[in-house]
Amino acid sequence: MLEELIVAGFGGQGVLSLGMTLAYAGMVEEKEISWMPSYGPEMRGGTANCITIISDNKISSPIISQFDSAIVLNQPSMDKFAPRVKRGGLLLYESANILKPSTRTDIDIIGIPAATEALQMKNAKIMNMIVLGAYLHLKPVVKIDSILEALKKVLPEKYHHLLEINHQALMKGSELVHELAVF
Amino acid sequence: MAETKLMKGNEAMAEAAILAGCDAYFGYPITPQSEVLEYLAREMPKHGRVVMQAESEVASINMVYGAAGAGFRAMTSSSSPGISLMQEGISYLAGAELPCLIVNVNRAGPGLGTIQPGQGDYFQSTKGGGHGDYRLIVLAPSSVQEMADFVYLGFDLADKYRNPVLMLSDGAIGQMMEKVTFHPYTVPEKNKPWATVGKPETRERNYITSLFIQPERMEVHNQKLEAKFKQIRENEVRFEEINTDDAEYIFVAYGLSARICQKAMDLAREKGIKVGLFRPITLFPYPYQRLNELADKTKFMLSVELNSGQMVEDVRLGVNGKIPVEFFGRLGGMLPTPEDIVHQLETLMQHHGNR
Repeated sequence: MLEELIVAGFGGQGVLSLGMTLAYAGMVEEKEISWMPSYGPEMRGGTANCITIISDNKISSPIISQFDSAIVLNQPSMDKFAPRVKRGGLLLYESANILKPSTRTDIDIIGIPAATEALQMKNAKIMNMIVLGAYLHLKPVVKIDSILEALKKVLPEKYHHLLEINHQALMKGSELVHELAVF
Repeated sequence: MAETKLMKGNEAMAEAAILAGCDAYFGYPITPQSEVLEYLAREMPKHGRVVMQAESEVASINMVYGAAGAGFRAMTSSSSPGISLMQEGISYLAGAELPCLIVNVNRAGPGLGTIQPGQGDYFQSTKGGGHGDYRLIVLAPSSVQEMADFVYLGFDLADKYRNPVLMLSDGAIGQMMEKVTFHPYTVPEKNKPWATVGKPETRERNYITSLFIQPERMEVHNQKLEAKFKQIRENEVRFEEINTDDAEYIFVAYGLSARICQKAMDLAREKGIKVGLFRPITLFPYPYQRLNELADKTKFMLSVELNSGQMVEDVRLGVNGKIPVEFFGRLGGMLPTPEDIVHQLETLMQHHGNR
């Protein structure tokens, strides 16, 4: 198994922590992982991304230009990364923030209103976990249990009371995709 | 068994410094390695070690001089512009034969440049940097694991040869997270009879200096240093080879470039191109001899770097005219994709009529 994923959006949307949680979950399952954040001027200008690679084998380059999957949470990231999804790959996007999704027909393009759902769950910050839940429904590269295990490491102890709502968010994301009934 | 953690390269390096018995760290924040100072400022005091945010890089390196002179394991880290500021102090450390570890998390230059990864400091790192005849032992990690491992190795080599060791990393290796295992390491007992720790009745005064005002004495000192560098050249060459056994072409790359080349190698091999990867781990001493041997069964080599062509000069010295040595690189903090490198390889194969 080799999954080469990019997660991209605005700073504050939980882009880096989404990728990091996935990376930690990969470690829980003793897979090889690499997590490469953007730390440059684009981050200072408000957008952020991270390349997360999960593999059964040793990972060569942490930096790649073509992706098996892209998770994009804002329009600039959609415009930038949609062309870089490999043929047959997955493009998952947040549909409340992105009005113009890619028109490619050779990849799977799935939009979910994660931001809206997060507001209904009364915690805007769990939007990224809804997206992660949706992603894992489409690409079960790690188990949800491993994500929950990982969250215990990613979240400082004083936030462990938030583990439950994160779990709910993951489930919500999975449901949203399930309801689309495409997969 | 040692625990495996998920860490940034910079953090792994900082944690390894603690485990390696680093007594004192002096630094000044600069992107992309500020995590080192942050991490050590938090963790070192718990172990009774010294951390100081100096007023500048010039101060940091001279504090390293002081601590190393007193026999302590001392360390600093910075990124390119900060390392430039340290060059005078590094030359003095080399002149006074003081062991220490210096880490450069290379960003793209010249000048303030950009905070993105680069390898433009190769010449500075391997050919001097500061004034005078001296060499640093230069280690080039290409993974988070090596960011940790080379801290132990760096301190050990520094003590063994009484010479500063430079770890030349880059912004990407420093910022990325990978798995890292901290292997058991026993901090060696302090055995530095030359250190200036106060003069007992029983011995002569210890004297640490790089000043030898009489040319006759200076030359003797130079010759002593040269003999040491010769010994380092003979004993400390390190490199890694992947798929060089049947290779008709070889990528030569260190650090992050080597990781990208590894992917390029996989892509090219899927197309049936027999290409291998040669990764120098020590940039000084440089693995000239092995490159020369490999040149006997290779059609050409391609040096891939994040600069305008610096290490390629050493590859050519190693190959010594036996085969063509080509160069491919990106500048300014931009990175070549694995596909770019394969394309370059195929273009060169056509150019050299080897298709």
